Amino acid sequence: MSTQAKNMPGFGAITFLGIAFLYLPILAVIIFSFNSGRMITVWEGFSFDWYPRALGNSDLQRAAINSMIVAVGATTIGTVIALCAALALHGDGVPRPLKNASYTMMALPLLVPEIVIAVTTMAFFGALNLRLGLGNVLIAHVVFCIPFAYAPIRARITTIPKSMLEAAKDLYADEWQAFRHVTLPLLAPGIFSGALLAFITSLDDFIITLMVAPPGATTLPVEIYSKVKRGITPEINAAASMLLAVSIFIVLLSYVINRKKVI
Amino acid sequence: MRLSSGTKLLLPFLAVMTVFFMAPMCIALAYSFMQANPLGGVKPAFSLAGYLRFFYSPDLDGNMHWDMRYLQIIYSSTKMAVLATFICVLIGFPMAWFMATRPAQQRDFWMILVTIPFWTNLLIRTYAWILILRGNGIVNTGLEKAGLIDAPLDLLYTPFAVGLGLVYSYLPFMILPIYSSLERMDWRLVEAAQDLYATRLRILWHVVLPAAMPGLIGGVILVFIPTVGSFLAADLLGGGKQMMLGNLIENQFGMGRNWPFGAAISAILITFVMIGLILIARRGQGLKGVVG
Repeated sequence: MSTQAKNMPGFGAITFLGIAFLYLPILAVIIFSFNSGRMITVWEGFSFDWYPRALGNSDLQRAAINSMIVAVGATTIGTVIALCAALALHGDGVPRPLKNASYTMMALPLLVPEIVIAVTTMAFFGALNLRLGLGNVLIAHVVFCIPFAYAPIRARITTIPKSMLEAAKDLYADEWQAFRHVTLPLLAPGIFSGALLAFITSLDDFIITLMVAPPGATTLPVEIYSKVKRGITPEINAAASMLLAVSIFIVLLSYVINRKKVI
Repeated sequence: MRLSSGTKLLLPFLAVMTVFFMAPMCIALAYSFMQANPLGGVKPAFSLAGYLRFFYSPDLDGNMHWDMRYLQIIYSSTKMAVLATFICVLIGFPMAWFMATRPAQQRDFWMILVTIPFWTNLLIRTYAWILILRGNGIVNTGLEKAGLIDAPLDLLYTPFAVGLGLVYSYLPFMILPIYSSLERMDWRLVEAAQDLYATRLRILWHVVLPAAMPGLIGGVILVFIPTVGSFLAADLLGGGKQMMLGNLIENQFGMGRNWPFGAAISAILITFVMIGLILIARRGQGLKGVVG
């Protein structure tokens, strides 16, 4: 046969169209954030005006600051917890049933629909009468940040040869020293990449924050949502474009870091 | 009992997940068996009203009447999710195949292209479709300028818009697991089949599909579950004409103020998740392909 069967006719075209489909809406938001007119989808010329307007909007500012506080907090706490869990689950010290239960608990926040996590967490905070303002949002975010931080750390930890830790032990390193000087540097790219993924997941979360956040503790996506409900403006497109840019930059960064091979 | 140092390291994770994830799930399950408080929340008394609400609704005198409304919403949102998942397979499988058969250096590039939308804000990506679909949106303006239509088409606030939004939101969840199965496949098998004069269809059916199956199962679960429970697509693009279970739940905890009923719908979704987990554990390849 002259043609290779592994190249199916039409699959390339579907792929190009599929990628175009995935990016079309993202491009639409970005392009119309530079529209000079107030009209949302009628192009009236290039303008950069909406960006300073979005940056100067006090609602958006407050929401952006909340988003940053929550994202930094949830990322830090979530990554530390995920790192500890990854170390524990990789070692032999944890009984098998507990390990399996942990794996299931690690997968659940990714699999359970967000709306269910949102309403159950809201009901839980209500039952406890827990009113910590932004703290409620932070707690909810820590939970779903853990699995995202865990995955790259886990992928990294399996590549560390046991012989390196044995070598450290032979050289009289205690457990902490072996961790500090051998495991941690080798894990660093995984930890960093996990932290970045946790960060964008927190930054992008909408539905859980919508249900859990008390008044005044809204984040940027929730603020954008309430503005979209009142009608899309180029200003919202500008704010959304900036949020998109941050996410895309972080994904690329995470990818570059994770790609470098340690050994 | 003295805990090993390994188990001690696991404690923060176990504590956080038990208190802030498992406990809320259990409380919600308990709420589904209680009486609704019309002011929001529940009255601490046992009741099956939350589950009976699927079939009956009370009138002003408190008598129960047969009411199919909610079953219809559950049926239509399940149908919509099945359709969206099926379309994701139709688009995602060829894409995964194409990506997996690229030379190694190009594969990374395609991977990044598919991964970026996966990690970018779903709210923004969903509202973007309003810009595209509305009366004076990009599609209608384009078609009018091309002289193909005289009056704008009604695209936004239709079940079509919701379906489109759902396929769009969760397509990467289909591509990535299938891709990670096919990438690991030994493509020399295809050459061998070809040497034995197998047709393309037979190669697809007997060689590639079995190899893709774990990813395909994972992808179907990863698309179906968030789709049937989704909120944003129907909320922003559906205009109230098409609801998904996510919207129904949100409504019961918000304006509807029927927490037990909302909790009961959540319990149904959790059941879907459990079935999914079991299927993935048996045959599938799921989250690893997406997150890892």
